[in-house]
Amino acid sequence: MEELDIRLMKGNEAMAEAAIQAKCDAYFGYPITPQSEVLEYLSREMPGRYGIPLQAESEVASINMVYGAAGAGKRVMTSSSSPGFSLMMEGISYIASAQLPCLLVNVNRGGPGLGTIQPSQGDYFQATKGGGHGDYHLIVLAPNSVQEMADFVFLGFELADKYRNPVCMLSDGAIGQMMERVVFKKREVPAIKKDWATTGKTKDRERNIITSLFIQPEKMEQVNLSLNKKYEEISKNEVRYEEIFTDDAEYLIVAYGLSSRISHKTVILAREKGIKLGLLRPITLYPYPYKRLNELANKLKGILTLELNAGQMIEDVKLSVEGKVPVWHYGRMGGIIPSPEEVLENFEKLAKIK
Amino acid sequence: MLTGEKDCIIEDGEVYELVYEKPLTTLTGTRMHYCPGCGHSTAHKVLAEVIEELGIQEQTIGVAPVGCSVFAYDYLNIDMQEAAHGRATAVATGIKRVLPDKYVFTYQGDGDLAAIGTAETIHSINRGENIMIIFINNAVYGMTSGQMAPTTLVGMKSTTSPYGRDADFAGMPIKVSELIAPLKGAFYVTRHSVHTPGNVRKLKKAITNGFKYQQLKKGVTFIEVISNCPSNWKMTPVKSNEFIEKEMLPYYPLGDIKLPSKEDLAGLK
Repeated sequence: MEELDIRLMKGNEAMAEAAIQAKCDAYFGYPITPQSEVLEYLSREMPGRYGIPLQAESEVASINMVYGAAGAGKRVMTSSSSPGFSLMMEGISYIASAQLPCLLVNVNRGGPGLGTIQPSQGDYFQATKGGGHGDYHLIVLAPNSVQEMADFVFLGFELADKYRNPVCMLSDGAIGQMMERVVFKKREVPAIKKDWATTGKTKDRERNIITSLFIQPEKMEQVNLSLNKKYEEISKNEVRYEEIFTDDAEYLIVAYGLSSRISHKTVILAREKGIKLGLLRPITLYPYPYKRLNELANKLKGILTLELNAGQMIEDVKLSVEGKVPVWHYGRMGGIIPSPEEVLENFEKLAKIK
Repeated sequence: MLTGEKDCIIEDGEVYELVYEKPLTTLTGTRMHYCPGCGHSTAHKVLAEVIEELGIQEQTIGVAPVGCSVFAYDYLNIDMQEAAHGRATAVATGIKRVLPDKYVFTYQGDGDLAAIGTAETIHSINRGENIMIIFINNAVYGMTSGQMAPTTLVGMKSTTSPYGRDADFAGMPIKVSELIAPLKGAFYVTRHSVHTPGNVRKLKKAITNGFKYQQLKKGVTFIEVISNCPSNWKMTPVKSNEFIEKEMLPYYPLGDIKLPSKEDLAGLK
């Protein structure tokens, strides 16, 4: 039997280790709390193992280095935290338009502005609704454990290559910083043929151009339509979520990432009190599990969203359930993490169970 | 340029000696959008000639900027990437780091390279990225039709310096070549122009060097090209070339600013 590679690691480090194992050819990054471990780990580990780690002069530069290297057909990634990720938005819009596969990680901290270095989920809108200019979508993965921070690197690269689309891993300062057991499985990384990449024009093909400029309106609209077609395809194929105690649930919490960890405990506490509470955890925030939530809403009395923000994902939950059931929001901000008991108490108030 | 394959043409029954021809493999033949008399067309052609003559079309990847030369990839028959405004050297860094044996160049204007992209310019040169930067300095924002550039001369009128550039208000025009030359990562820094045939020939030699030196992996080759913008300077092409001679060159003198030593060039094929 193969010996398991089990380690105790921070989420950020697990993600960095996974990048090397996933044969990430280059990582471009700039230090920012709470994810500087990624650049540190890769600067230490990549030389001699696999890949090139380069510290850029800014997040603006890193995302454009990602553009260049992804356009050259290589597997590349960057990571940052909220203010730094905001700086990348222009570049991400270009990458989405030029259809360059890459992995972009945001270890979300509190904002707006310089905010705080503590965990937050305040960047949900930015990650799922665009963030940069123009009509585009990232595939957004939301890990809720150190294990998933590693696993979603492999999944992220796979989806990026499959759809020629940038993938965002939206983590947060707690998942990035906390230490947990993580298992690294031996995986084969398939070679991907990228005949669109700029590797030097050979005589047997036309020149390859990586661009997001389509100045003729008719051409631009065609590009928009073809991007949209791709997003529909992604929405059809790639919705991922996890359900806990939903079979007999009368009430549901919808939460992702760190909030889903808290909510899991809240559900157990509620069950101990005889309240039939369940949990739906979206794993992909784009595409969102609209359909499944709509089905579940048929037999529910109410839904609570727990988010470490002022209420962002709740809009998608409301869109999902089409007014069939009341949807409430509970959240804390500024880096404050609510306890499962606090969440249960507020759920009971909102659902008028008490 | 004689290709060797055909050195005469027959038109209307007359035989002419072929004395000049555009590069056939490295220009796409697409009609350029540049205004009549604009230096960009010349710079593109020279660049294409060098790539053809060095036989490096299959190993060359270019990066186009935002500015008048945003469509450079429509004309150059090589693999190219179109960068966001100012980010060409970051994009080129990404390409060169993962494809270290290819020839990588950026082609950028003054607004792109010396205003919005200053950080990327300085840091890519400071890291000694093994790329060539072609810097077209025509002292104006051309594509957005004539605003003041970081290189606009003192007293020179533009749509955003309608009374002439006031150095006390807007600062002095930046001499980028002189600014970056002291950086160790700058291997070869030179300034040329496209306003006379003789200068075009010198530019061609510089671009040839710029490509060749990349083999050594000793840093950036930086080629500034003083160019004209008849449309936005509101001059005829001839007058604009006179303006280069009389006004631009005294402030931006032509010639090599930093040359590699003989030892530096040892091992060059």
